[in-house]
Amino acid sequence: MLNRQRAEDVFRKVLKWSTADETEAMVGSTVYSLTRFANNTIHQNVAEEGSYLSVRAVVEQRTARATTNKFDENSIREACERALVLARLQPPDPDLLPMPGPQTYRSLDRFDEETARLSPQARAETVRTVIARAEKDHLTAAGVFSSGASVTALFNSRGLRAFHEETTSEFSVTMLDSSSSGWAKKTSHHWSELEPEALGDRAARKAIESREPREVPPGKYTVILEPAAVLDLLGFLFMDFGGLAVHEKRSCLTGRVGSKVFADNINVRDDVYHPMQGGPPFDGEGAPRKRVALVEKGVVTHLVYSRQTARKVGAKATGHGFPLPNEVGEAPMNIVFAGGKSSLEQMVSSTERGLLVTRLWYIREVDPYQKILTGMTRDGTFWVENGEARYGVRNFRFNQSVIEMLRQVEMMTPPQRTAGEESFEMVVPAMKVREFNLSSLTKF
Amino acid sequence: MKDLARAALDTAIARKASYADVRVMDIRQRYLSTKNGQPSQVRESRSFGLGIRVIADGAWGFAATDELSRAAIDATAAQAVDIARASALCKKEDVRLAPEGKIVDRWESHCEIDPFTVPVSACLDLLLKVDAEMRKVQGITLAETSMDFRRIDQLFLSSAGSEIHQLKTQTGAGFVASSFAGNEIQRRSYPNSFGGQHQIRGYELVEELDLLGHAPQIAEECVALLRAEQCPSGEKDIILGSSQVGLQIHESIGHPIELDRVLGTEANFAGMSFLTLEKLGTLKYASPLVNVVADATVAHGPGLGTFAYDDEGVPAQSTPIIRDGLFAGYLTSRETAAAINQPRSNGTMRAEAWNRIPLIRMTNVSLLPGKGKLADLIASTDDGIYMETNRSWSIDDRRYNFQFGTEIGWEIKGGKKTRMLKNPSYGGITTEFWNSCDAICAPEEWTLWGTPNCGKGQPMQTMGTGHGASPARFRNVKVGVAYSE
Repeated sequence: MLNRQRAEDVFRKVLKWSTADETEAMVGSTVYSLTRFANNTIHQNVAEEGSYLSVRAVVEQRTARATTNKFDENSIREACERALVLARLQPPDPDLLPMPGPQTYRSLDRFDEETARLSPQARAETVRTVIARAEKDHLTAAGVFSSGASVTALFNSRGLRAFHEETTSEFSVTMLDSSSSGWAKKTSHHWSELEPEALGDRAARKAIESREPREVPPGKYTVILEPAAVLDLLGFLFMDFGGLAVHEKRSCLTGRVGSKVFADNINVRDDVYHPMQGGPPFDGEGAPRKRVALVEKGVVTHLVYSRQTARKVGAKATGHGFPLPNEVGEAPMNIVFAGGKSSLEQMVSSTERGLLVTRLWYIREVDPYQKILTGMTRDGTFWVENGEARYGVRNFRFNQSVIEMLRQVEMMTPPQRTAGEESFEMVVPAMKVREFNLSSLTKF
Repeated sequence: MKDLARAALDTAIARKASYADVRVMDIRQRYLSTKNGQPSQVRESRSFGLGIRVIADGAWGFAATDELSRAAIDATAAQAVDIARASALCKKEDVRLAPEGKIVDRWESHCEIDPFTVPVSACLDLLLKVDAEMRKVQGITLAETSMDFRRIDQLFLSSAGSEIHQLKTQTGAGFVASSFAGNEIQRRSYPNSFGGQHQIRGYELVEELDLLGHAPQIAEECVALLRAEQCPSGEKDIILGSSQVGLQIHESIGHPIELDRVLGTEANFAGMSFLTLEKLGTLKYASPLVNVVADATVAHGPGLGTFAYDDEGVPAQSTPIIRDGLFAGYLTSRETAAAINQPRSNGTMRAEAWNRIPLIRMTNVSLLPGKGKLADLIASTDDGIYMETNRSWSIDDRRYNFQFGTEIGWEIKGGKKTRMLKNPSYGGITTEFWNSCDAICAPEEWTLWGTPNCGKGQPMQTMGTGHGASPARFRNVKVGVAYSE
């Protein structure tokens, strides 16, 4: 994998070949391994190593990008030339800013050598213990155990130098019975924090406790959404906090910034420096990421801005831009939801009639301004009555406005680092929500 | 490159792999887009690397690298064998593959105008004209256009002696108009959502689409949607435009027929399937006029699922999926075909890139055309809704309960298309829905749509799939479901 020195060597070659007015180079590499199991056996087991160089040229107020995964002299020269040729073929962009100069970044320690080097044998041994847990209760286990490391470096010809390295690991498991299933997942920079056996046990208990699911009619119910379910819903909201999205009237927050959109108990910030967060301390142009309060007591107080958008709308850049050129502009990618002080058990014990939802699936936006989302419950949905989770129920389809949902939150747990399948990772709580619209049923 | 690929095979076999295959892929992409009168993305990329898949100790291993030196290739092949041995620590039985012969061949997709030879300035000029044409319509708040060209040059070698070189050129183009007013955002896309139309063709596709000619109408429809009536809720007969039928096929037929899902290997992420093995040949999937094939052959057309050989070296085939309404076939791989005692894979294994293993993916899963024109179908519908161009899509993890929204609809009353309807949506249960199909339009209404964004697998892979479809009618479907309380 690349190190800082090798990345700088590549950039020096870029500068040698580039004749653009300004030149930016993103240099990165990844090592990644994933062990996949199903039917209580490992059925896929993969590893990859790869690198990239992405050159952005600016010439006469025009910009374009060319990317290669080869670092030989010819490939670097070709990437520089193509970026320049593509830039020259465009009309000038009046909004294009000069590249930023040198920046100062706060160091973030998100690298664990042991995680970077985790062997397939170690992953297989761990998977074997989880499969044994499944077999103890005559269940079938399926899941993944992945680990890897990545390097992201950003340089430009005005002297900007940014470098970040990070490790990632993930354990996700579904336990299947003949009529039910349960799921659990965790991610961490340190594989030793994953707790695969505990995750396997949790998924197994959900599968067992939801056996022979009963049918509950669709309708509006109080729902207790575990953090993964909350995450995957909120993931569809936060692209709307980009300044450009509001400026272009494609955001559900168009006309709502500064207004009370959610209930008093909703407080959200973007904070890459939070200890449970991940990612580099700089954005796609190398601007340092700032902490931004997005929602305070239900009021949408701030958006995030790339340098270009900030100048366009007269705001201050927050360091949330994507690599240029792009259509999207910017977005907060390190969401921290303030949460509450309740426990999941208290949410259940305080519920007279409702549903406990483990996770959601295939969520899609139905209405971009009302922010109505549809999707399914999955892998452990329980009927709650008189303060107890009574039995498993068949899965529901929901059609629910997330904006409305965040006006109906009764209780929250403290937030935790959460991984789902539909969104990037966030620090979010579990939520107890009134009047959640479960609109139809499926067959299982 | 053949020498390096062969070296990888030799290393794997020397380390006692019982089977190995190698894919070397050189993927080139050019993506151009505009937004509100300015180019927004102008970029090119190239990704070139090698992946080796092996069976050792009766289990799978895979490793990939973009460092194409002899030393790196040897190390990668050795790593794949090491990984396979780790997999064997958790195996129940040895991997078995359905037999497949040795093939040595070369194939290139047909391309009249190489899109990489079309000047970028000419492409941008067209996109900016389309962009300007949309913004001439008062009320358009966002105009976006795009073109996407890919060339995939792939060499496949296997330890069984196969050597297959395939070269594919893919082209896509389309545009979207958006309008915000009051408390709603409406969008219209042409010729489809998901970046328009995508096929295994050259720039001739862009020319045939006549993007510029369609821009005014699409933009006007977008603005008109703001004033249109809301799609009612209730049970109605619906006629779906061909691209929406294409996505309906994708979600409610294409995914459930993937045999890896049926056998449980996607259970943790993409999910499983209601099409359990006893349903093969017995389930009345659809009404008798429904015939669906999974066809990767060139004869079916230039779909995103067209190729000569899949990524296990199995020749492209045409497989009946639904025959006269009866469930007739799965999409299989060499391993899954062997698992259900079928004599041969039907050739559907594809990988997104050199650093991914092949998975069972839809090829061109198409609804065969029926009779009559769309106009005749509308004329024969007394009370219904015509819905066009997908806006949202969702289905459960076994593929029973689905819900779709489309960008636009029109009420049909007494055989006539009448008022425009906004926010159309419909939902149902897969087999009930397909059994309610009572009309499918003729070949002249049939289009082989490209879905470029199908996600599956861990790590996630995005693959292009093809879906041939003509407009079709479905009786007594729940409509307005997305907005009903």
